[in-house]
Amino acid sequence: MSLPSDHIDSTRPAPRLPAGQVTLGFRGWVRWFWRQLTSMHTAIFLLLLLAVAALPGSLIPQREADPNGVVQYQAAHPALTPILEKLQFFDVYTSVWFSAIYILLFISLIGCIIPRVKHHIDALRARPPRTPARLDRMPGYRTESIPAASLRGSQGAGDAIESATEVLRHAGYRTQFYADKHSISVSGERGYLRETGNLVFHIAIMAVLVAVGVGGGYGYSGEKIVMQGQTFVNTLVSYDSFNPGRFFTGERLSPYSLTLKDLAVRYETKNKAAIGQPLDYTAYVTARKPDGSQKADTVKVNTPLYIGGTNVYLLGNGYAPVITVRDPAGHVRYRQPVPFLPQDNNYTSIGVVKIADGLPAQVGIIGSFYPTAGASGGVPVSTFPGLRDPVLSLDVFKGDLGINDGVPRSVYTLDTNAMTQVSGPGVQQPAEQLRVGQTVKLPDGLGSVTFDGVKRYVSFTISHNPAQLWIFICSVFLVGGLLTALLVPRRRMWVKARQQRDGSVLLEYAGLARGDDPGLLAAVESITAAHRTALSGPAGPEPPAGPGGTRPAQPAPAPEVVGEES
Amino acid sequence: MTAFLSQLSVIVLYASLAVYAAAFISFAMDVAGRAVKVRAASDVTSAVARRAESALAREAGAAGQAGSGHLATMTKTANEVHEHITDVNFSRSQTVGMALTVVALAFELVADVLRGIAAGRVPWSDMYEFSMTGTVLITIVFLIMAKRYNLRFLGVFITGLVLVLMGISVTRYYVAVVPLPPALQSYWLVIHVLVAMGATGFFALGFALSVAQLMQARRETQIREKMPVTLRFLETLPGSNVLENLAYRVNITGFILWTFTLIAGAIWAEKAWGNYWGWDTKEVWTFIIWVLYAGFIHARATRGWRGSRSAWLAIVGFGAVMFNFGIVNVFFHGLHSYSGL
Ligand code: HEM
Repeated sequence: MSLPSDHIDSTRPAPRLPAGQVTLGFRGWVRWFWRQLTSMHTAIFLLLLLAVAALPGSLIPQREADPNGVVQYQAAHPALTPILEKLQFFDVYTSVWFSAIYILLFISLIGCIIPRVKHHIDALRARPPRTPARLDRMPGYRTESIPAASLRGSQGAGDAIESATEVLRHAGYRTQFYADKHSISVSGERGYLRETGNLVFHIAIMAVLVAVGVGGGYGYSGEKIVMQGQTFVNTLVSYDSFNPGRFFTGERLSPYSLTLKDLAVRYETKNKAAIGQPLDYTAYVTARKPDGSQKADTVKVNTPLYIGGTNVYLLGNGYAPVITVRDPAGHVRYRQPVPFLPQDNNYTSIGVVKIADGLPAQVGIIGSFYPTAGASGGVPVSTFPGLRDPVLSLDVFKGDLGINDGVPRSVYTLDTNAMTQVSGPGVQQPAEQLRVGQTVKLPDGLGSVTFDGVKRYVSFTISHNPAQLWIFICSVFLVGGLLTALLVPRRRMWVKARQQRDGSVLLEYAGLARGDDPGLLAAVESITAAHRTALSGPAGPEPPAGPGGTRPAQPAPAPEVVGEES
Repeated sequence: MTAFLSQLSVIVLYASLAVYAAAFISFAMDVAGRAVKVRAASDVTSAVARRAESALAREAGAAGQAGSGHLATMTKTANEVHEHITDVNFSRSQTVGMALTVVALAFELVADVLRGIAAGRVPWSDMYEFSMTGTVLITIVFLIMAKRYNLRFLGVFITGLVLVLMGISVTRYYVAVVPLPPALQSYWLVIHVLVAMGATGFFALGFALSVAQLMQARRETQIREKMPVTLRFLETLPGSNVLENLAYRVNITGFILWTFTLIAGAIWAEKAWGNYWGWDTKEVWTFIIWVLYAGFIHARATRGWRGSRSAWLAIVGFGAVMFNFGIVNVFFHGLHSYSGL
């Protein structure tokens, strides 16, 4: 077994159930099935199926890439949702059917590759096959004749073939000498690298996927919001969210730490079409390794920081207004920077403050923050992402925060079911508007709120992938294999010499492409020319065959298949 | 300065499109003229060609079952047939079309470079710029390949495609020059996007060749079955086997570049987002295209798939490329939302 039997160059018959044969036996069936699975038809079918199966994931939001999109989609299509859920259309790329297709493809690939590797190793050791009896049927066929007059000394057919062998070897052919009753010949073959490249390519595909799987299994990624001045220590508990791989064990975390000194942000201010567009984010950090060494460094978009076996990415940022809440007696009950989530490109942001103890009632505040306060159609919005005129607006609720039952709640949402609004839209008391340094008294004698200032925060994504280097190496093999497989021509070349009755020697040349080979005809031509030179070179000043002596067997083929230049 | 240069760029672009339109008309006249010439050509020569063609077709059928030796013979026969029919292969309007295409390209290249200078960066970071640089590359690929393989007859398709793409782009996608957002500030923008557009250039040409191949195969069938022959101008073009070989060569070049695009994209995603592959919509489509063309390459090497069936795969592949470019970029949401619209 070598190429799949339905490969266009295969000499094996296609697998077919023998007509009339009803019982094939278990082993027969297994063998038949295996041949089907590893056939080229199946590979095409599975490849096309894979392409089609990948489609829905681009039309329907996917839980992994876009969880919010999934929620919105499900809300908009309540009737469709249960069916799509059942069919795993929100998790296409981990679904049973998608996995089934690529697993089948891999089995097919392995089944296809193993025999080809064996066959190729044999081919690498084998000699080029026997020269065809009739070369004139082969592409690029041409002849030359060495007149008897220029055959001096022992120079006959044998010598000509010897020098042809030399020429072929020189051009990278592996050669074999053959002789029959009428002629002697050399058969050459080159381009074994083509098949090597093909096999390397297919193996590399699998290797990449294995490496990706291993990397995902043993790696992890997590997210952490770090405020200006805060320090993040790389331990499990300090992550806001953490996604371990299936085989991940906690010991792999290297306990380095990062302190965010500053986040420098530049916005476009001149180009009218892009006012406020971010030009640069740079997080200045102090990185401390577990061994105590310490170093100032930066993290930028597109330039992650490599530390302790992890990459630290700067994927988000925002504002954290510093908010102080005092009880009616003036004692500070709450003071901290609160990370607000940006809602638009100008960083109109929303955040939540929850004060469970110390005030006359539990208080929840939904804050809106405008780094540059303005309005659009009567609705307050931020008009520039930088801090030109920061305003904090607060809707205040009192009642039950719903956090006493021990169920963890998001710090970014306020459950107002058991609360009453005391200020903001919908109640008489308007939202509290604050500029930096200002304080307002809360309604109902709840206390007061002060807007002390604004800090920036960054959202770091930290990931560890133990297979990163392997994935890269495999990809290099993949591309290299593909290039050799598609660009190295595999071809055979023959030179045959025949002693003519008149004492002259007739030389025949021809080649054969194995696979796509645009340069075959030119190659036959150049071998012919090189051989002519070799024959005439050391033999004497007189070329054995001048232009008159050369007789191309057919009109000289154009170098390219389609033809000629104007 | 930015405003001035970008306006200048638009003016030069309009000039370029006018020249492309003239080139398109020239190429179209060439195709129309071929139909006339074929009809006028003496019955004797066309009968000779047809006999050879049907011999070729018979042989092509035989080669389906036989080994590679026959394949080679097939190509040879195709060559010979082609030599019979080259006498109507050159027309003045085609030469004019080629010259106009070169001029149009020169203008478009200037427009593209001006846009880049105006922006102070590479001119491929929004839909308008993708279209402009992309069509520049499509034309460059066409001119180079046309020179190597005498593919001038595809000029009508290529200039038509450029006109349609740029027409849509100018009217719908135009945006003022804006600076690069931090996510795009990477040398991978230069490599990944440029290579992707280069691949698109090869796929476009491969598509045109596959379409021509199918038309030619249909004509060859008509001749073989002694049916009335339509689209007579095809007689002046290479046979379907020659077209198929060329389509394959052009498409595998595109495929190599696309493979590189895919890998470079994954490396960039890893650098920018911390994840090689997140099945973002754009990644999904890059993958679909890659798999479709892998299917095409296999089909070419598979009995029963070589020929028209594999050509259809290349056509579907290019359909996906255009969809990815024109629809996914503009209407689908994802991390790759860089259309600027
Ligand atoms: C993971 C799925 C696969 C992908 C992405 C893929 C891709 C490719 C590509 C790009 C080529 C052309 C480059 C070259 O010649 O090396 C190729 C060739 C080839 N593949 Fe695959 N392949 C896959 C699976 C398979 C399977 C399952 C088989 C077995 C039936 C197979 C058999 C072959 C053969 C025989 C060739 C040589 C074609 C020729 O002679 O031109 N491949 N493949």
